[in-house]
Amino acid sequence: MRKLLLFTIVLISGFAFTGRLLYLQVLDDSFVGMSENNAIKRVYDYPQRGHIYDRDGNLLVSNQPSYDVMVIPREVKPFDTLEFCGLLKMDKEKLMERLDKACVYSPRLPSVIIPQLTKSEFAYLQEKMRKYEGFYIQKRSLRDYQIKYGANFLGYIAEVNNRDIKKNPYYQSGDLIGRQGVEEYYEDALHGVKGVKYIQKDRFNRDIGPYKNGSLDTLPQKGKDLNLTIDSELQKYGEELMKNKRGGIVALEPSTGQMLALVAAPNYDPDLLVGRERSKNFTDLYLDSISKPLFDRVLKGEYSPGSPFKTLNALIALQEGVVDTNEAFACHGGYRYGRGRLFGCHHHKSPLSMVQGIAYSCNAYFANVYLRTIEKYPTPQEGIDAWKKHLESFGLNQYMGYDLPNGSKGKIPGSELYDRVYPNHNWYSTATISNSIGQGEVMTTPMQLANVTAAIANRGWFYTPHIIKSIEGDTAKIPIEYRTKHITTIEPKYFEPVIEGMAQVYDYGTAASLQIPGIEMCGKTGTSENYTKINGNRMQLTDHSIFVAFAPKDNPKIAIAVFVENGYWGSRYAGRIASLMAEKYIKGKITRTDLQDWVLNHSLEEEYEKPLSGKPFPINDGKKISGKLLKDDKKISGKL
Amino acid sequence: MTKRSAGNFDWLLIILFLALVSIGWINIYSASLDPEVVSGSFDFANLYTKQFVWIVLSFVLIVFILFLDAKFFERFASVIYICSLLSLLGLYVFGKEISGATSWYDLGGFSIQPSEFAKAATALALAKYLSDIQTDVASFQHQLRAFLIIALPAIFIIPQPDPGSAIVYAAFFFPLYREGLSGIYLIIGMSIIALFVATLAVGPLYVCGGIVLITIGLFLLKRKKRASASMYFILPIVCMGFVFSVNYIFQNVFEQRHRDRFNVVLGKEVDAKAIGYNTQQSEIAIGSGGWTGRGFLKGTQTTGNFVPEQHTDYIFSTVGEEWGFLGSTFVVFLFVALMIRIIFLAEKQKNQFSRIYGYSVAGILFIHFLINIGMVTGIFPTVGIPLPFFSYGGSGLWGFTILLFIFVRLDGNRLNEW
Repeated sequence: MRKLLLFTIVLISGFAFTGRLLYLQVLDDSFVGMSENNAIKRVYDYPQRGHIYDRDGNLLVSNQPSYDVMVIPREVKPFDTLEFCGLLKMDKEKLMERLDKACVYSPRLPSVIIPQLTKSEFAYLQEKMRKYEGFYIQKRSLRDYQIKYGANFLGYIAEVNNRDIKKNPYYQSGDLIGRQGVEEYYEDALHGVKGVKYIQKDRFNRDIGPYKNGSLDTLPQKGKDLNLTIDSELQKYGEELMKNKRGGIVALEPSTGQMLALVAAPNYDPDLLVGRERSKNFTDLYLDSISKPLFDRVLKGEYSPGSPFKTLNALIALQEGVVDTNEAFACHGGYRYGRGRLFGCHHHKSPLSMVQGIAYSCNAYFANVYLRTIEKYPTPQEGIDAWKKHLESFGLNQYMGYDLPNGSKGKIPGSELYDRVYPNHNWYSTATISNSIGQGEVMTTPMQLANVTAAIANRGWFYTPHIIKSIEGDTAKIPIEYRTKHITTIEPKYFEPVIEGMAQVYDYGTAASLQIPGIEMCGKTGTSENYTKINGNRMQLTDHSIFVAFAPKDNPKIAIAVFVENGYWGSRYAGRIASLMAEKYIKGKITRTDLQDWVLNHSLEEEYEKPLSGKPFPINDGKKISGKLLKDDKKISGKL
Repeated sequence: MTKRSAGNFDWLLIILFLALVSIGWINIYSASLDPEVVSGSFDFANLYTKQFVWIVLSFVLIVFILFLDAKFFERFASVIYICSLLSLLGLYVFGKEISGATSWYDLGGFSIQPSEFAKAATALALAKYLSDIQTDVASFQHQLRAFLIIALPAIFIIPQPDPGSAIVYAAFFFPLYREGLSGIYLIIGMSIIALFVATLAVGPLYVCGGIVLITIGLFLLKRKKRASASMYFILPIVCMGFVFSVNYIFQNVFEQRHRDRFNVVLGKEVDAKAIGYNTQQSEIAIGSGGWTGRGFLKGTQTTGNFVPEQHTDYIFSTVGEEWGFLGSTFVVFLFVALMIRIIFLAEKQKNQFSRIYGYSVAGILFIHFLINIGMVTGIFPTVGIPLPFFSYGGSGLWGFTILLFIFVRLDGNRLNEW
């Protein structure tokens, strides 16, 4: 026994250590990554971000170098502060304050002393930099905007936050990432691939040379260049027209679904979000809670579409077979239903059939047609769901899947909604009558309405709107969903009478004065009531001016939707703007300079100030005073 | 003078020694190579160059030891022991302080650490005392004297302070036990350690509960219930008393750094930068080795100097990182083989002196091996003692070389005894 004690425990400990080593080295692999981080530093080489061009190859966004003056406090040797301050154009107290701050952050790690010097400031400083030990200049790449417009769809770049880093391990603190617009949606293509250098470090964080003699190091790959479908001339013109107005313009090419212009007003100069003043400017834009320049009204703004929606109701009624193009309906100042309720209309001749109904935008006509559609089915629930299904085939009530990161679904009511509002399920088609003229529960974004217009222009199909034309000049890299045709539930033959009606809007209808000479246009005005809440009271504001149009009538080149907030009737602002935009795109020049001057010189700022005044205010050119409680159930006034 | 031939020496021991020393030097080379200096230069400023010189000089020592008469060691054991004690005491007067411990003599250019040699001296003295025909290990008085021989150098070493080197003297339990020391000492010692660690790990109440349960269990299993009342009554109470004093001992006798080391191993504190830094970095180094390691001079932990004291106490982490599981288990195998060979040879000694000395050598190597690799792989708390033949340091290398080769010399005389 006594002979065996030491022998046994020597063996046992030998086996125990073997087991422990097996666990540490083979079974538990958590140490491998730890030792990598410990001893190897990755130094990144940032590639140039891809350039952005418009549809004709004009450069919109490129890069500019920017130079930060950095300091590593521990390495600073005594220096001539007076001369240094002179070079940096800052006073000594400020320099000392920033040095102290850098020292508090870390004596070993670099801190920024002066961010984003311009090229000329840098050139001056570069010569003398060697005199100041511990200071150096770090080159970064910033966006250089060649245009002063288009900020809403271009987006901007900003430093990544912790959430981005968690989501995608590619990013590290301090990296730049696209935010909003094309910069965000095409981030992966634009950012390129970082180059990595592996540097071996010792325990004191000193560099001791390249890891594995640099065999793992990679070179940076430049970001891919993008061509957008945007026509920069048209975009610029649209933004000029929308100056001092709020709302948006969407112009699409119907045959491809390409976005020609996306004007959100008010907009801002994209250059504001670059450079030393970036955070100040961003705060200013962000805190502007009145005009909300960062809110993309084109993609996110939900509006009642108003009368342009009537074209869809006409198409659905034809498809459902509840009306033919010859049947006429009388209109005596509106449509009467229920116990003395009037669904108002404006003055025009009576009775009207479909083409004229569209041209004159008769509310009574569409009330009749809409009710017939719903009442075709045994219950209003089934009727409204059938109606909704047709509308959804036009891209309504959904995020459409376009290649921009923003958007709203809009709203098309179904039976579910009304069943919830009327819990006993005893509601009838007349309860939803506002839907017939694009008011009530119906909501669309300008983008959706433009897409509807494109689908009508195409006589029943559309491509999902998209902003990407090619990546690195290669159109084959565009996702397949933007090259897939969507067919609506309406047969092509039913489009002709509706398009005829839209053409006659320009001939003698609600936009008779806005015809472009020499081009046959189709359009539809819209004037939608809208409300706001002031001190808890629901108040009506001046109607939104809405217009959709496409041109020419055959082989349409452009489909356009214009929303001008509180612009009153449809042809007043939106109609004029749509007409000018179409002319600009098709002819390349404007012949009707008087029309253009009218739009450029008219501002709606006064209108926008009214609800902020705190007093009752006149709306719709003084025809109404807002501020009294509205009995909206008694009379629903439809608009053209 | 007996006839001496090379064939008398145990060549397996010598081969194992040479293997350990050369593998050790390769790892010291890797751990101490300054990456900024061109590799391979033999500047005397480099640690690996110094170690190489120590190794060469140790061969001179070996030759010297092997040429001495085997009887010389038995005859002069007491003298050597007393010289060794004096050298330890002399440190309090002439000692030179290196990293907080006054354990070195400065001999102009290089330093000598007498505690490394005291182990061999104590082994000789104990072997001499126990092998004396008049000594009876069973007698308490003689046990006390043996303990005194072992304890004196340890007592001199602790206040240097170098408690790690003092712990090594626990190794002399093995020869004592082999020669007939009662097993009760082993049980008592083990029980104290087990109770101490268990109390720190799970708290005194659980441990007391465990003691009560075990006592009741033993009581029920045993047939003669009246046989030993003390066993079932006094002993548990003593144990529980000890358990409740553990916290006091831990808080008041131990220093904060010792408490921290215990807490790190017991998983009560995870603090990578401070207390457990060495162990943490060493585990990372070993863990990143994988099956076959990163290769010679390729370990990032090793070449980046992440493991403090890597060339000395933490040299095994270099083995783990650069040579992987295969390399490190090979080293473990070499040590186990060396110790078992020594035990095997010790058992074959006709001479009691040689046998006790052999057991002492195996015990000392074992304690170093156990505590050092246990510490480096994160099983034991940090105790600063070197890995024999591996760790950098002339005194350590010489100390172990002398320790081992005295046994080789004694063993070589075995056949001539008749």
